[in-house]
Amino acid sequence: MIAAIISLTILGAALGIILGVANKFLQVEGNPVVEELTAMMPGSNCGQCGFPGCSGAAEAIVSGSAAPTCCPPGGKALATAIAAKLGLTVDLSAMSNEGPKIAMVAEELCIGCCRCSKVCPTDAIIGAAKQVHNVFREACTGCESCIEKCPTEALVMRPVPVTLQHWVMPKPLAA
Amino acid sequence: MSEFLLLLLSTALVNNVVLIKFLGLCPVMGVSKSVDSALGMGLATTFVITLAAGASWMLDNWMLQPLGLGYLRILTFILVIAAVVQFTEMFIKKASPGLYQSLGIYLPLITTNCAVLGVALLNVQQEFSLFKSLLYGFGSALGFTIVLLIFAGLRERIALARVPAAFAGAPISFVTISLLALAFMGFSGLNV
Repeated sequence: MIAAIISLTILGAALGIILGVANKFLQVEGNPVVEELTAMMPGSNCGQCGFPGCSGAAEAIVSGSAAPTCCPPGGKALATAIAAKLGLTVDLSAMSNEGPKIAMVAEELCIGCCRCSKVCPTDAIIGAAKQVHNVFREACTGCESCIEKCPTEALVMRPVPVTLQHWVMPKPLAA
Repeated sequence: MSEFLLLLLSTALVNNVVLIKFLGLCPVMGVSKSVDSALGMGLATTFVITLAAGASWMLDNWMLQPLGLGYLRILTFILVIAAVVQFTEMFIKKASPGLYQSLGIYLPLITTNCAVLGVALLNVQQEFSLFKSLLYGFGSALGFTIVLLIFAGLRERIALARVPAAFAGAPISFVTISLLALAFMGFSGLNV
């Protein structure tokens, strides 16, 4: 038993040291600007920008293939901060600053056509044919691809409602 | 010399690790969409299996058996394999970022590729010498790479063919690889 503990400890330590040294020598230099931008982004990887996660969006912004305004949850504040960092000028007129939104079904308008649930990338819309649909709040990323598919305009984007799961006590007023 | 050649031939073709022993099927199904990434995966796995076979032989013969710790065999082998895979991942990330991107999650998953652990354990079972176990590991990895490459080539052709809707995607791949396994059974007639 003592031999087992000691030998495995030595083995683990030796492998750890080898990997540590290898990590030092094989370090890959990432683009520091991309890393800084990724740190500035909301980090929820919601996918509303259409890129794979916040780091993907940061890469696209740095390479110039996306505008600094592409992040809806970040809002105006993030867009101006990114533009200041990269020395760009941005057109903020199209940006709204309402915080994250998710899709909701107006039940009196829904005809149960299933067109919205077919395009949802996260399978957040539940409902069968000729049954009123509904949206899983936890699964909806707010990508808005269902909105234009709805023939009766029953799908609308609403701010994320406050529920018991993510309610936080408001901060006290400053004296 | 001919003994070593025969060992190489028998591990690579006759006792092919994927199609005869059915080890390491996950990367064969997962990374065989294009020949390029299949070649990269095959080379990475070859490196890992050969190194892991040698390292596990040394550990087993110089540490576990003298101390009577045979019951720690799987644990230590997994430890060594994980370290080798980590090292390979760092190396590929440094040497070829494109390959690193195309291999994706399957690169760290070499750790759990049962062909790697399987080869190390089979080495112990057959009580090979160090050189022979290195050769056994290299031969098995060679067989793995050959199957991965052939299968990736087949799948590239299938992607252009008109497959019935019910068979499209994974089903036709499984049918194809089982036919490939049947073809490889023909090598058992070599009798080496």
